[in-house]
Amino acid sequence: MAQRIVVDPITRIEGHLRIEAEIKDGVIVDAYSSGTMVRGIELILKGRDPRDAWAFTERVCGVCTTVHALASVRTVENALGITVPPNADVIRNLMFCAQYMQDHVVHFYHLHALDWVDVVSALQADPAATSQLAQSISSWPNSSPGYFSDVQKRIKKFVDSGQLGIFANGYWGHPGYKLPAEANLMAVAHYLEALEWQKEIVKVHTIFGGKNPHPNYLVGGVPCAINIDDSNALNAERLAYVGTLFDQAYDFIEQVYIPDLLAIASFYKSDWGAIGGGLSNYMAYGDLPTNGYADVGSFKFPRGIIMNRNLNEVIPIDGTDPEQIKEQIAHSWYDYSDNDPSGKHPWNGETNLNYTGPRPPYDYLDVDNKYSWLKTPRWNGHPMEVGPLSRMLVGYASGKDEFKEVITYALQKLDVPVTALFSTLGRTAARGLETKLVAGWSREFYQQLLANIKNGDTRTFVADKWKPETWPSEAQGVGMTEAPRGALAHWIKIKDKKIDNYQLVVPSTWNASPRDANGNRSAYEASLIGTPIADPENPLEILRTIHSFDPCLACAVHLYDHKGKYVHQIQTF
Amino acid sequence: MIDKKPTVYEEVLAAGYSRRDFLKFCGTMAAMLGLSASGASQIAKALETKSRIPVLWMHFQECTCCSESFIRSSHPIVADILLDKISLDYTETLMAASGHQAEKSLHDTMEKYHGQYLMMVEGSIPTGDEAYCCIGGRSAYDIVNEVADGAKAIVAWGNCASAGCVQAASPNPTGARPVHKVIKGKPIINVQGCPPIAEVMAGVIVHLLTFDRIPQLDGLGRPMAFYSRRVHDTCYRRPNYDAGLFVESFDDENAKRGYCLYKMGCRGPNTYNSCGVIKWNNGVSYPIQSGHPCIGCSEASFWDNGPFYKHLQSFPGFGIESTADTIGVGLGIATGAGIVAHAISTNIRKRKHTNKGEVKADIENPKI
Repeated sequence: MAQRIVVDPITRIEGHLRIEAEIKDGVIVDAYSSGTMVRGIELILKGRDPRDAWAFTERVCGVCTTVHALASVRTVENALGITVPPNADVIRNLMFCAQYMQDHVVHFYHLHALDWVDVVSALQADPAATSQLAQSISSWPNSSPGYFSDVQKRIKKFVDSGQLGIFANGYWGHPGYKLPAEANLMAVAHYLEALEWQKEIVKVHTIFGGKNPHPNYLVGGVPCAINIDDSNALNAERLAYVGTLFDQAYDFIEQVYIPDLLAIASFYKSDWGAIGGGLSNYMAYGDLPTNGYADVGSFKFPRGIIMNRNLNEVIPIDGTDPEQIKEQIAHSWYDYSDNDPSGKHPWNGETNLNYTGPRPPYDYLDVDNKYSWLKTPRWNGHPMEVGPLSRMLVGYASGKDEFKEVITYALQKLDVPVTALFSTLGRTAARGLETKLVAGWSREFYQQLLANIKNGDTRTFVADKWKPETWPSEAQGVGMTEAPRGALAHWIKIKDKKIDNYQLVVPSTWNASPRDANGNRSAYEASLIGTPIADPENPLEILRTIHSFDPCLACAVHLYDHKGKYVHQIQTF
Repeated sequence: MIDKKPTVYEEVLAAGYSRRDFLKFCGTMAAMLGLSASGASQIAKALETKSRIPVLWMHFQECTCCSESFIRSSHPIVADILLDKISLDYTETLMAASGHQAEKSLHDTMEKYHGQYLMMVEGSIPTGDEAYCCIGGRSAYDIVNEVADGAKAIVAWGNCASAGCVQAASPNPTGARPVHKVIKGKPIINVQGCPPIAEVMAGVIVHLLTFDRIPQLDGLGRPMAFYSRRVHDTCYRRPNYDAGLFVESFDDENAKRGYCLYKMGCRGPNTYNSCGVIKWNNGVSYPIQSGHPCIGCSEASFWDNGPFYKHLQSFPGFGIESTADTIGVGLGIATGAGIVAHAISTNIRKRKHTNKGEVKADIENPKI
């Protein structure tokens, strides 16, 4: 008999996401993903100054803060024909790199690790053996028996207090947890260290953008001026600060994140290297230009699409082609003026809210009809997975040596075939591997910035199209980037110096959207099919796969029998 | 029950920090809260003798930037200890439990500590259609009412919970409302900003833990300790303003010298926040220091007071300081004029502040 599970909310994500999954014989046979919150930011942007749009769109997400601001300034620059100075591209790259490192580390330790690491088991660990384990995989200095003993005492004291706070009622003791106690203790120690560390790397944003979260961006460049002979601008002290932060980040990623990732993966590779693959199409817009944003070929992360897991071909993408990227609303709580089922290109996109779901409080959604606030984007009609795995695969398939090296290194270290990448674990591993690449690239960009300044180029902004009087009466543009969670693009139409239409197609829209007009699933739904569920009361496995995407929403799961009768509801409220 | 729990101080020691670290932390927090040395000892005493207060952190229409800012808290033991010094029993962003286990955590605290827990809210509440924000099949509106019922006080994090923020900007398609428009009869502290500064968030929590009462608030419900000064009055670039030295275009020669950003649209003159005092991310910088004008993110409706790069002089209702354009004409004369204009406006603002009754008397601050 099939049961329906609803997880609502799935915690340790950003936003509000709900998943309903049907289980038969202990395996998920169908799944529905629903975004349950809407704010209507696209509607709010209409009629505003295009130069302000970065600030509005940046507030779409405070976890991957900066990425919408970057997409937005590029969109407006594209529409107005602005090319930013080289220093602006480099500083934007440095902010991009800092964001990736902070976001991926926080995702791994604070949002995802508790799916693999049993905190309670760490109490049973032998600190001396934990020290041996840590020293065998890394030269990170915090690795003595005394250090792990102190961490263990701290956890014990915490547990003995009876107030477990954020660790209360986890799936501790679930048979799916496979790490030895010592690995658990090591991971918990690094959970705490990572929490301390993550607030450091974001200072790169504070130096260039004044604050974090939500640093400042600027159409036409970056707001920070360079003047090595003044105390009120980027000078040697500020630049040295940035360099130190990147050096420290590099060490943390090389000596803590990557060794932990590979150590934990080695205990889960046999099953989770084959579960959760989902879609077989992968898309990346690419980013990190080394010769200006207009030169797509210079990107560190290349642009392209892989169809049917064919790593021998990378297909180009054109965001301006009205036929390629379209958003459908067959299962989304919106109306389109023309009811065209093939969807709308974002330049002609519409955002007309029309909720037709059950009135709250409700037990389950009407999944045969509309069931989400997310639209359903498609590329030439195909669903696409976006995110770290897509970026790594597109880099690998594009023949980039750096990607091949790091992927080969991980596959050999774990002794798994390349097909293991197409899985929940592959997604989680790809995130770590690209962080390793980004940590290296950040040093290159930093040196590039220093070299530019040394050569006398201190420009950070181009003023000639700043004033609206210089703009055409109508213009349109598209700006693309890679958010930590995947391909992100904004589309704008400008009319009479104001925003006439603004549409965002975000990574979680690609991955978490409901099925399309033809009934084809998007990435989350597809990835859950075939996942074994050991205990429907404690659906740890759903969290593992959904968290492997690093969702930017808040989620939900309930249990029904095959007739749709309510059996059990797993929810928060 | 509560008495059996270890005190904050005991937990600090258990975490491997020394008493010296602890007192240093208390001193830093006291300084941030604007307290004297005796304030520091009061904080130390309070944290030594109190168990951890249960906290329920709710998420509605938000972007999670407040949670992200909170974990950036930098003072010696805030990240590792203060996070644990409250008992954060519910927060969708960080809690291990999901599903009905998470529900259990929430309900355990709501029942066991009815009337004693703190409710913290991130995000606004949609009132246009309840279905604009649902969690577990229930509307944000229902949830916020239920959890508020047993809360002893409510902390509204950031501009969303305090004033509705970006989703409440015109035309506010979802009818987004801040907490104080939905919940009545509870003390509500509006910790403004998009997001608030991490150390301000920590400071508000320490204030609550230490003094058992909500901090003194301004007329908009913001703690005076962090929101009683205009960014303009605490800005290190203020002398440039007074001297009539302005950036005329981003990255011009004046920008490279760090002149005043007033003409680029800076909202410092009508924004109350601690950016110029505490700064961001452990004092590294703040928007103006990094070359961008303040956009006024700690003020209600700042999204609709744009465009951001249009400077304040062209806005109706803006006072005497709009003479900045004329101040810039001749440096020698302008310097004096700037100072005069500044002095007059400061006095006017001071009086306005008091006359409006923005400063609530101490007696009005309910004990929590």
